[in-house]
Amino acid sequence: MSLTALQPDRKATVPGAALALRGLKKAFGDVQAVDGVDLEVQSGECFGLLGPNGAGKTTTIEICEGLTELDEGEVKLLGLDWKRNANELRQRIGIQLQETQFPDKLTVEETLRLFRSFFKRGISADEAIRTAQLEEKRKARVGTLSGGQKQRLAMATALVGDPELLFLDEPTTGLDPQARRHLWDLVDELKHAGRTIILTTHYMDEAERLCDRVAIMDQGKIIALGTVRELIASVGGEHIVEFAVKSSTDINTADLATQLKAIEGVHSHRIDAGLHQLSVTSLHTTVPRVFEEMEARGLTLTEFRTHSATLEDVFVALTGRNLRDE
Amino acid sequence: MSKLQDSSLFQLTAARFRLFLREPEAVFWIFIFPILLAFGLGIAFRNRPADVLPVAATTLQLTQSLAADKGLTAKTLDETEGMRELTIGAIQLLAIQTPQGVTYQYDDTNPDARISRMLADRAIQAAAGRKDPVSAQNSLVHEAGSRYIDFVVPGLLGMNLMGSAIWGLGFSIVEARQKKLLKRMVASPMPRWQYLMAFLLSRLIMLVIEVIAFLGFARLVFGVPFHGSLWELALLCILTSLAFSSLGLLIASRARTMEAASGLMNLAMLPMWILSGVFFSASRFPAVIQPFVHALPLTAAIDALRGNMLQGMHLNQLIMPTAILLAWMVIPFAVALKIFRWR
Ligand SMILES: Nc1ncnc2c1ncn2[C@@H]1O[C@H](COP(=O)(O)OP(=O)(O)O)[C@@H](O)[C@H]1O
Ligand SMILES: [Mg+2]
Repeated sequence: MSLTALQPDRKATVPGAALALRGLKKAFGDVQAVDGVDLEVQSGECFGLLGPNGAGKTTTIEICEGLTELDEGEVKLLGLDWKRNANELRQRIGIQLQETQFPDKLTVEETLRLFRSFFKRGISADEAIRTAQLEEKRKARVGTLSGGQKQRLAMATALVGDPELLFLDEPTTGLDPQARRHLWDLVDELKHAGRTIILTTHYMDEAERLCDRVAIMDQGKIIALGTVRELIASVGGEHIVEFAVKSSTDINTADLATQLKAIEGVHSHRIDAGLHQLSVTSLHTTVPRVFEEMEARGLTLTEFRTHSATLEDVFVALTGRNLRDE
Repeated sequence: MSKLQDSSLFQLTAARFRLFLREPEAVFWIFIFPILLAFGLGIAFRNRPADVLPVAATTLQLTQSLAADKGLTAKTLDETEGMRELTIGAIQLLAIQTPQGVTYQYDDTNPDARISRMLADRAIQAAAGRKDPVSAQNSLVHEAGSRYIDFVVPGLLGMNLMGSAIWGLGFSIVEARQKKLLKRMVASPMPRWQYLMAFLLSRLIMLVIEVIAFLGFARLVFGVPFHGSLWELALLCILTSLAFSSLGLLIASRARTMEAASGLMNLAMLPMWILSGVFFSASRFPAVIQPFVHALPLTAAIDALRGNMLQGMHLNQLIMPTAILLAWMVIPFAVALKIFRWR
């Protein structure tokens, strides 16, 4: 696959790497959750691990966090490793897990003071509350917080140690759109403050919005790696044309596909539930040709739309599946 | 802010304490329930003055003789009516005048009826002119320390120390594990030993309140005695609480769900509720199971508490139960640390 060209071929660890993974493998019984992951994240980068549920994102990130033992491979964080420097690493990284429920009956402030007490240095609980915009909820019990506020509290507990490296596992899963945007703003701020952030998500818009570089993960493997632009360009077309035709028995789908692919500027064609998808370089030259082709065959269009290619389309192009097939 | 308040052990202990106090049910079961139970039992089993026993006779003369005894109240009934009241338990004995003398109708399997028989016969014989060959005086004893409430208070104390330690640790730890909070804690630089130590510290602070409230109540309301040294009693309470905390830690060391934990806790405590002599002496159980009964931590705790409070025994006279409690403190703790599941 042409995308492998985007995989880094630097084998030596760059001094500035905040995180370096080599040949990471982890199995749970028969399930190979992580199947040979190599990755390097630079200091100051906001890096996204994007993939469907079960891709192995949480397992990968928890190995990085020193919470899950690995079967094979090597993990280096900030030039240190878990075997020898566990205590120092715990002081220097911030962690938000996918599904922590903090005690309902403690207040926001009490929870943050508790977590702050574990770190030798860091920001004050008050500062963490301000950063997470939880001032009004300072004295509120955790049990009374909304989903978004709980998630911001989790973020604040990851920030109290003023970490150099921040791990966020699905920070916005299950939140409503407004709460998600609120959290994105918070991540933006942290990014601009120069922190290295590694986050996982199964929302492609989130990865596009937040991440400098993205690794697309599927079935335990990284199948593409690069900036969002690079990844989209790698699919070939920057635009996606989608259409459906009125069904009739005499459509020769295979022939139609061949003809469509022959049109100049079309990089790929696929059909998903009756919907044709073309990835194309430029709309203004290709779309008229598509219409002509339909006309020539006497087919009636029932749907027609175009959009700029997204990471979703990259995932579809690479795996033939949608990101959110479950 | 002071240094102490910023320390993680302080913060962890404070969090434990807050979480406990904000759980009204837990506060009820640990502080209020034992007091209510002691109060109920104290009322139900209080020592009443000896009962006056109701009896009847078929003639007025016999009735007067019976009524002369302070232990009896007597009335006159004909034989049919008397037999009927006897069967329903309204009277304990019916004295029937016969040509030869007197016949007593009573149930000799009923202790009250047998006492009535003795009192009635004495009264009737005395009325007929019998003189006692030896004169005798009565001196009555109602000593604190030999009543049921005195017996049951150390039992309830032991039971309460067991429940608060096992539930307190067991539920909190398993809940934290189930909610992935435990995992979040060990993902931070928190020293793991401090997490467990915070449980023990908050337990010891609560212990002071719990024991003083309960024993204070027993002392003020029922005059339960403290024959032994109060320092040694305090030491025994701490030892008991630590032994059960250790057991609670072991029970909670691997369970992933609250249901599993609560099943395990009940399984551990049930034999002790039944066998350890909270409400009646453990020596009533068959000899074959006595070694098992005595190896249970609650039996050891209650034996030691009763020895101290009721018999004024010193620790050097309570070596056996103390050693058993120490073993229950050390062994489950060591095993729990080995097998504890932090995530
Ligand atoms: N503790 C575990 N025990 C068994 N299987 C697990 C465990 N954790 C994850 N898995 C399996 O490993 C695979 C990857 O899971 P995960 O890393 O959680 O994926 P993601 O975070 O991308 O959704 C899944 O098939 C999941 O069922
Ligand atoms: Mg996950």
